[in-house]
Amino acid sequence: MGEVFWIPFWILIFPGFVFTFALGLVATYLVRKVGALVQYRVGPPVFQPFYDVMKLMGKEILIPQEANRAIFVTAPLVGLAGVLLLSTVLGVAAFWPQETFVGDIIVVIYLMVLPSLALILGSSASASPHAAVGAAREMKLVMSYELPLVMAFIVVIIKSGGELSLAGISSHASVGSISGFIAFFMSLLCIQAKLGYVPFDMAEAETELGSGVLMEYSGALLAVWKVMHAMMLVALPMFLVMVFLGGFGSTLAGLVWGIGKYVIVVVLIILIKNTNPRVRIDQAMKFFWVYCGIALVIAVALATIGNIYDIAWL
Amino acid sequence: MNWIRWLKKSPWVFHVNTGACNNCDIEIVNCLTPKYDIERLGIKLVGSPRHADALLVTGVGTRQAVPRLLEIYRQMPKPCVVFLIGACAIGTGIFAGGYHVAGPVDEILKKEDPNVIIAYVPGCPPKPEAMISGIVKALAIL
Repeated sequence: MGEVFWIPFWILIFPGFVFTFALGLVATYLVRKVGALVQYRVGPPVFQPFYDVMKLMGKEILIPQEANRAIFVTAPLVGLAGVLLLSTVLGVAAFWPQETFVGDIIVVIYLMVLPSLALILGSSASASPHAAVGAAREMKLVMSYELPLVMAFIVVIIKSGGELSLAGISSHASVGSISGFIAFFMSLLCIQAKLGYVPFDMAEAETELGSGVLMEYSGALLAVWKVMHAMMLVALPMFLVMVFLGGFGSTLAGLVWGIGKYVIVVVLIILIKNTNPRVRIDQAMKFFWVYCGIALVIAVALATIGNIYDIAWL
Repeated sequence: MNWIRWLKKSPWVFHVNTGACNNCDIEIVNCLTPKYDIERLGIKLVGSPRHADALLVTGVGTRQAVPRLLEIYRQMPKPCVVFLIGACAIGTGIFAGGYHVAGPVDEILKKEDPNVIIAYVPGCPPKPEAMISGIVKALAIL
């Protein structure tokens, strides 16, 4: 027993693949169903995301003649591995807090970039003009939201008194203060961009780019991308819950309340998705760098002042 | 494993207009509206032929459009189904023998791929109910 048993268990079963995959499909169903309800439609059946993935598994895989085959095929797997590792680290920090290491929030920040990088790689390798435009937009989007996201984490780290481990951070619910609330709201929008949802879905832009970055993918490779997106829908809101909203706790009541917080974050994301138009890429960059940037500088200043003078609500 | 079983549960469609008058196209879009909502059946309109399981063809198949149609058909991952929507696509309708008509779409597709699976939805334009019924019937015998 010991590590030989636990590490594969974590990665493959509980916070890792099986759990995140199943929950991700449920979350994808929620996204489509709530979206349908907002538009006064009935929406898909419960198992629809599962049917989609199974169907794509059975389809032919087409690889464009001019594509770089090796990168085209490995990029989705790299993205999937990144999300898998991300959800494992988050899950272990949430449910086995004694097993984590100091500084895992920094590892998580790096792991969160991996799916976007894989998307850029895969779409650039596919030799399609639509995918190239999508990749360029995704690249600009990554550059614009990473800075506000890291600044939001700095606010949290200051609020929790210099904690650098997720388990330590998640014992402080920093959303209850002014700076924490600003940081939570801004990082919610960054997560929206990371998930590639409206208003920041210009990389996939169904109406103008076909499906942008995923244009040339078909069959099982597309299924891997869909699974990756579904798993991100679990990992990223879970991350927000742990960093800003006080985590999942160690008691049963804490766990239930933690799941409630996860559902609240997901529904917030879906409502933002369904009530906004798509913005242009330059508008998104301006929004993240100028408006989010200024708001977060103010939040960092407030958090620092609150820390020095011991005012908890700042 | 019988993969066709899953295909029936989530047919993603790609719409291609080969010289239609836009009437059938409006009715296809009408299927997505809250009144008919074909997402109930798992049907989704996708933006790339590589994601599609079913090709919705409208129009007579003009000389300009036919090479593009064949290109799109070749790009679709198999197994896939072709739906011919409306009188024009089925048998060139009132444009039969016109100088711009390259022929009925089904014959052109059969020349390209003899094993192509074609379903016909007649009407000018077919009502959304007719399209949904056609898709359900075609998927039932697949």
